[in-house]
Formats: sequence, structure tokens, C-alpha cells
Amino acid sequence: MTSDDRATLDEICIVALAEAFRGDGEVLCNPMGPVPVIAGRLARATFEPDLMLTDTIAYAVSGNLPLGGDPSDFTVEAYMPFRSVFDQVWSGKRHVVMGASQIDRHGNQNFAAIGPYRKPKAQLLGLRGAPGNLINHATTYWVPDQARAFATEVDVVSGPGYDKLAQLGDSARFFEIRRVVTNLGAYDFETADHTMRLRSVHPGVEIDQIVDATPFDLTIPSDVPESRIPDAEELRLIRDVFDPNGVRKSGFR
Amino acid sequence: MPDKVMTEDAVAAEIESGMTIGIGGWGSRRKPMSMVRSILRSDVDDLHIVSYGGPDVGILCAAGKVRKVTYGFVSLDSIPLEPHFRAARQSGTVDFTELDEGAFYLGLMAAAHRVPFYPTRAGLGSAMLSENPDLRTVISPYDDGEELVAIPALDMDVALIHMNRADRAGNGQFLGPDLYFDDLFAMAGRRTYMSAEKIVPTEEFLSEGSVHTLRIPRLHVDGVVEAPMGAHFTECPPDYDRDEDFQREYAATAKESEAWEAFRAEWLDLPSHDAYRQKLIERSDAAEGPTP
Repeated sequence: MTSDDRATLDEICIVALAEAFRGDGEVLCNPMGPVPVIAGRLARATFEPDLMLTDTIAYAVSGNLPLGGDPSDFTVEAYMPFRSVFDQVWSGKRHVVMGASQIDRHGNQNFAAIGPYRKPKAQLLGLRGAPGNLINHATTYWVPDQARAFATEVDVVSGPGYDKLAQLGDSARFFEIRRVVTNLGAYDFETADHTMRLRSVHPGVEIDQIVDATPFDLTIPSDVPESRIPDAEELRLIRDVFDPNGVRKSGFR
Repeated sequence: MPDKVMTEDAVAAEIESGMTIGIGGWGSRRKPMSMVRSILRSDVDDLHIVSYGGPDVGILCAAGKVRKVTYGFVSLDSIPLEPHFRAARQSGTVDFTELDEGAFYLGLMAAAHRVPFYPTRAGLGSAMLSENPDLRTVISPYDDGEELVAIPALDMDVALIHMNRADRAGNGQFLGPDLYFDDLFAMAGRRTYMSAEKIVPTEEFLSEGSVHTLRIPRLHVDGVVEAPMGAHFTECPPDYDRDEDFQREYAATAKESEAWEAFRAEWLDLPSHDAYRQKLIERSDAAEGPTP
């Protein structure tokens, strides 16, 4: 155990992301990037034991695989090459965590390009799997720099938000943006018009900071709770088991 | 059984300007790079590339060989944005159709199965559909009447794939963690050419890997090229990992055209894959220094 028992921001964000998987049961938990991957593995190791998780390559692995760990040191429970991952997407038994270069109050997400789509100022990742993910199963976003990413409007819709999906009727029946977790707080869309709502504030963050880093109207309930602080066991799992080399820290400036 | 062994240059001779070329692999993984370089050596251009793209797409774009790219993504994996492709997108020098990654798989499957499209919900509400007037939707003919995106068959004149092992007749074997979609590329190609790390007698396949690794039947392969290190600098496990140093050098050449031209002259315009391999050996010897 690391000497400092107090959780740092990266660890609070990990627990907030892990909380997004609460109640998921037996689905493929498919987080992208080190912080979300630790969060998914932490959720399974603690309160959501039936999740399936991959080594991020081609194997579904049981047990507490560290970041970059060798799956052959663990028990492989299923073969999960990319083709099979797409099959899981369409089956709906999946919850993905993706990033967002821009995200608006309806949950429209962009990591495709900045500027016009056909001839962008900056080409980013592209649409990747976002269009298929959003319309087929639960999605959570991890946004390490809220002030930079929260936007009144996104340049390109890679992952559609609730306003776009409202026009699609029954085709949108599997759509759910479960959570948006940032460096300042956690957000959901549990409002009457499915626009973004502040769900919890990370310890040490003031509401004013949240407002300053949000260029759109955000629903802020009068009694917003603080984001949950990781307990001793969660800190041990994060620090000693999943990420002993501190890879999670690199995304935090 | 037939004997389909040929050279990279003989493959390139089958490719004509304006053709649609499918390239197997995934990002910077098991790409048929020795055949990509043979296209670079030839005088064809105006190509339409269909790929889960990596340096295959970047190199062909940077060399001015490409009219259009149809892709699920273009990435170098450890370097998330393929810099040469990024430059091509930002300067608007290539046309493109971008599909959701899973939708791209459906397009390959439609081409492999000779149907015009496969339906999916992927794309509804997103830029994939709104920015892509060529993509159409269909209404389910059943009682649900649901509107779905019709992902068109990704038909291709030529498909290029790289395997760990092959026999002379065109059966192919992958030994790494993922086949990706190379079986579908092989079926989708009007003509399909497969390079392999090693050509082995057919009876040796099962001493290399289980029967489940024999996923490319010769029915869909028109030519076989033996190309050890043929996927370099992309990964080809278990034969070799990605050459990250080399990939970083490649990626850095997107910053200025002189760097790209120098890289192209040194590594891409070599007369043959043998010459490329020889240079790789010299590079590796130089990196290790003289042995005591």
C-alpha cells in the first residue's frame, strides 16, 4: 500500500467511471484507454463481479489483470477478436467507455475532426466505432479536461446525442448514454428532456468551477452529492494490482 | 493442387490505374507491406483503397497513388493518428468514405457474399450518414417496418492480405491473436494475392497451429508470395512485433516533404523485398554495434 491513504483525482475519476458499470450484470465491459480500463477492472473486482473484460487485444480474461499484463498469466474465458467484439456490439450485451474531444448538452460527441468534416482543420481519430456503439448499447464518456471538451455545439457528430436519437423513434430503443465523467465531476442525462445534469462533484471542486468549464445550460440540482471517495480496498486494487506503474497519472496535468 | 507462387512485382503487374484495392490487416498489424511497396514501385495511380487502414493507406496517399479511401479507421495503433493520411484529409487531396468500424465489416461481408448490402442501425443519427450522401437506408419489408442503414458491398478488383504461413496452392494460416477480416477480403477480391512469412508444405500446417488457424482456403486466392518480414514495420505475431522505432521514423516524415522523399528513397523505392530485408539486417547490425 502506498503511504498516502488519501485518494488523488485520478483515483476519484476511476471510481466515478467504475460506478457507471453498477447494475450492468453480465455484459462485455469495453473501456478504451488506461483510466477507463482500470475502472472497468475495478468494478468487476468489487461490486459488479459478472462483467466480462478483455486484455484489450483478443482475449476475455478472468481475474485481476494489470494494465499491459500478459493474459497467459490469467484464465482466458473466451476468445474475443475484433469480429467477435462487433458481434457483441450488435447483440447489445456491451457497455463501452470512449473519449470525447467535444461533447454537448445532448451528449453529441465528436472525436472525428475539428472543422468541416469533408476538409477538416484537424483530423482526429475519425468516427471509429462510435456510430454503432451508441445506437446498440450503453455508452459512457471519459473526459479528462472538461473545460476543453464541453461545447455548445460539436463540429462532427461521431456519437449521436439524445436530440438526434429523438428523431429516430424505435430505431433508437437500445440507445443510452449512461454517464459522462470528467476531471471535475460526473454527469448523466436523467432529466425530462435528456439534457445533461450534474450528478456528483469531485471532492475539492466548487460548483463555480463546474459552471466556468461548461459553456451550455447544465442542470444543477440543489443537493448535488460529492463523488464517492475510493475505499481502502479500491485504492489497494488501483495502486498495487491494476496500475503499479502509475500509468493512470499521465492523463492528468 | 495448383501452384500459385509468384513475386510482389508480378502482383503489382496485375494492378491497373483506377482499380479498387482492398488491403487486409488492421491498423499497424499484419499489413501486406511488401506488396504495398511493389505498388509504389509501379506506375499505377488513381487507386481506390479499401482498408482498416494503417501505414498502407498513409504510404500510398503520401506517394500520390490514391484517388479515394474507404475505411473503418486509419491508425498506427501506438501512434493513434496516421500522420500521412491526416495530411491528406486536411489538405483535401483524397476523396473518402468513412464507415463505422463494424459497418465496414458488414460491407466486407456483403462483398464476400455477393449481396448488395447488409443492414444495420450503425450510422443513424451520426455524421456517417449525414455527411455521406452515397449511403442509403432501407425499410424492413417485415411488420416492424424499421429503417436501417444499407451498408453497400465493398467490392474490390484486387485484395491483398498477409499471413504467417501459406502453401503453394494458396491456403493461408494466421498464427497471431486475430485473423482480423482477411478471410472476407480474400473472398471480396475479384483477384486476391496473399503474401506469407513462409511457404510450407501443406502437411506441415497442423504442426504450426490448430485447425482453427487455417482460415484462408485456396478457393479465394489467386497468387502466393513468400515474404519473410513482409509485414514489417507492422506487427506480425508470433513471427515478430511491430518495429516501433521504425514506425516513429516513418511517422516523423509527415512533417516535411524532404524527410518523406528521403525516407521513400531509402526504404520504399528499393528494387525488391529482398533488398528491403537486406537493409533491415544492416540497420539491425548497426544498432547493435560490432559484436565483441
